[in-house]
Amino acid sequence: MSLNVSNLTVHHGAICAVNQVSLAVPTGKLAAIIGSNGAGKTTLLRALSGLNQPTSGVVNWMGETITGQKPEKLVRKGISHVSEGKSVIPELTVRENLELGAIWRKDRKELNQSLDEVVAIFPRLGERIAQRSDTLSGGERQMLAIGRAIMSKPKLLLLDEPSLGLAPLVVEQIFQTIRDLTIQMRLTVVLVEQNAMGALKIADLGIVLNLGKVVAVNHAQALMEDPAVRAAYLGY
Amino acid sequence: MPKTKKQSTHLPLFILIGILLVVLSGMVDELRVYQGASIAVYVIAISSIILLTGYSGQVSLGHGALMAVGAYAAAVLRAEFNLPIILCFVVAVLAAAIGGALLGAAAARLSGPYLAGTTLALAIGLPSLANQFSILGGEQGLPFDVGFPPLALGQDFTQYKWYFWIAALAALICMWTTRNILSSSFGRSWRAGRGNEVAAQLAGINTARSKVLAFTISAGIAGLAGAMLAMTIGTVSPSAFPLALSFSLLTGAVLSGITTLGGVIIGAVVLVAIPEIAVSVTDRLGASESVTTNLPGLIVSGLLILTVLFVPNGPVEQHRARKAKHEAAVSNTKK
Amino acid sequence: MQLLNTLLIGITAGSIYSLMAIAFVLVWRSTRVVNFAQAGMALLSTYFGYEAVSRVGSFWIALPIAMIGGAVVAALVELILMRLLVKHASSGPIAGVAPIIATLGLLGVIRSMITMIWGGQDLRIVAPISNNGFTINGSTLVFSPLKLLVLVAVVVLLILLSILFQKTNLGLALRASAHAPEIARLSGIKVDAVRTFGWALAGAAGAVAGLFQTVNGNGNFSPDSIEFSLLLVSGFIAAVIGGLDSLLGAVLGGLFLGIAISFVLMYISSALFFIAPFVILLIVLFVRPQGIIGVKAGRRA
Repeated sequence: MSLNVSNLTVHHGAICAVNQVSLAVPTGKLAAIIGSNGAGKTTLLRALSGLNQPTSGVVNWMGETITGQKPEKLVRKGISHVSEGKSVIPELTVRENLELGAIWRKDRKELNQSLDEVVAIFPRLGERIAQRSDTLSGGERQMLAIGRAIMSKPKLLLLDEPSLGLAPLVVEQIFQTIRDLTIQMRLTVVLVEQNAMGALKIADLGIVLNLGKVVAVNHAQALMEDPAVRAAYLGY
Repeated sequence: MPKTKKQSTHLPLFILIGILLVVLSGMVDELRVYQGASIAVYVIAISSIILLTGYSGQVSLGHGALMAVGAYAAAVLRAEFNLPIILCFVVAVLAAAIGGALLGAAAARLSGPYLAGTTLALAIGLPSLANQFSILGGEQGLPFDVGFPPLALGQDFTQYKWYFWIAALAALICMWTTRNILSSSFGRSWRAGRGNEVAAQLAGINTARSKVLAFTISAGIAGLAGAMLAMTIGTVSPSAFPLALSFSLLTGAVLSGITTLGGVIIGAVVLVAIPEIAVSVTDRLGASESVTTNLPGLIVSGLLILTVLFVPNGPVEQHRARKAKHEAAVSNTKK
Repeated sequence: MQLLNTLLIGITAGSIYSLMAIAFVLVWRSTRVVNFAQAGMALLSTYFGYEAVSRVGSFWIALPIAMIGGAVVAALVELILMRLLVKHASSGPIAGVAPIIATLGLLGVIRSMITMIWGGQDLRIVAPISNNGFTINGSTLVFSPLKLLVLVAVVVLLILLSILFQKTNLGLALRASAHAPEIARLSGIKVDAVRTFGWALAGAAGAVAGLFQTVNGNGNFSPDSIEFSLLLVSGFIAAVIGGLDSLLGAVLGGLFLGIAISFVLMYISSALFFIAPFVILLIVLFVRPQGIIGVKAGRRA
């Protein structure tokens, strides 16, 4: 198990957003966290990447306790977080946004290689490489955000609602790309989504969060067939 | 949540305060009476900032200049045409209000630091204009004489007491008016515009117009304060309206609580008290001349920084927030 | 001839405003704050320079010393004041206004302290090279080796800073930290340290502005000297005219302002010295609200 979370509790002021959450994600697997709005999914992710300080609990990555460490440090340990909504800096060009992902890396020579890799995965970014990022469509921005995360050579990828606000066809593409990346780059992925169906389809493991608590954990396939889950989140 | 029932105008309260002040002025010595007049001036001036910055969210560093406009208007009318003093005060308000309207029209497109910088430029530039026109008295300025207290008040009624009565009356009228303006629909539309301009526009508020209106009214009030200031000093000149004055007003407003009209008295008292405190401190320490002259400025500026850092929304608001937090915590533990 | 002189006067004054404007833009680009205390810090740096010149005797050594002093002061201000500000005053109606008020307060504090330490009298720094105008065909231009130096310094600074911001990782980090601090953190950037660096750069630029402003005039300076009020206002206005986000804009804005004021003074009336910057600012904001180089995204700070 490369990612191990034990009894994690995170508060938003006086409100308990994440309540004694425990989960484990094996190396190289994709875990989908689903649940309705306000379930605490984003807060959970932010606690994993260091943006929010947990009130209590332990987070373990690759055997090392990383609870409460700052994002600047965790990036260097291979943890990349693509946050919800605006994860791209509109005033910078596509190239600059990508370079941002690699800015902490010491291996300057392999930077261009990484850039080529990302462009190979997202050719549209290559076409627009010199343009300002605010000229990109929603789907392209999401690709750029993921591309930037890849530039930091992650081993753990945290994705917060990548499908938000995107057209169905684009959503399909993005999900497929995420699945491919997980396999090709041997990433461990935690995918938070409101689009439960799409997320579970590409996931190995599924976790259902409600009001800050884990209410179900299972193989993704099993969750998709679970009648309670289907009724609540899959709409059938 | 604000109640929608018609709020009372609190007129009886203000009348009561007025009577209290009259009584007080008979009981204290001349120095205190004069300081009372200065406090009244600051009360008026600071409330103009609270209206503009606290409610309408626009930062002006040029209110010293607007005070100057009001003061000069009153002084010129008095010196050239010897008009009755009430008329001079009214003109002071109007002249400054016109200036405010112009400034506000220019400012409606600006916000934050852009607005602040523009008004800063005005604060530095405008008073110096007085040097150019002889009708404005140049460097020495013009005299402003409100005349002696009426004989009906008795032989022992001093000039300073007269100043205090006039200034205090003006302050009371100003506060009462401002309070009612702020709790009216104008006040609400300012607060709405300050919080989220797009949302306010969607709710049908013409934010540009309401911002200009805020500037106009605020300027008029500042003009009144300027005329009152001129009265207490006896003259108007460019040196009475330095950049430091605009900063002091901002400080006073922050000290009072930038959205708390009721807190105005705190800011005003502190601003008047500081030079006195500074003098007594330096006397006790036996400090040098340069320390003495600069200590008030240092204290005011330092106070501004400390207040903005630690009591940013003013003592009244801070207290309210703390109470609310405490109550929330108590009810949480009850659950 | 008068036209040429007016132009040259404007260019020289303008290049100093540009230096100040660069300082404003540096702070804005790295932390999205307008530092009204900029001129106060420039003034303080000038005093550092004065002390250095008094002891070492060389302007050329005093200049870097003043720059380092300015950078250190600016960094300290960011470390102490700005961080406290973010912690305590980020919510409520005061939030937008708080940094403005705090930096204004700082300006007052710096000025008072300078007067308390050094006194309010005029001090003097002598120009390092000749301020006598070049002569062409027997008539003297209002342009001297010193003024040429100032102009060159501005251009060099502009080029260096532009390279820093556009071509280096540090520049990228500065820009990212200003636009989107959270994304910057998630990219591994130590945003706090980067911001402090941005302020330090601005402090150094301000020091250069302060020193050149002094030696370009008659060499006299004091805490109340009108030159520094002007530096504050004109530097800020120049930055705004240029479109607060752009270093090139700061330089162009400064030159434009300097030339405009010069022409106003020469051809309209020299009495308008103080009000001219204000009027010019209003005109520019009316005609082109985003500034010379600004991008039309609405003037919301």
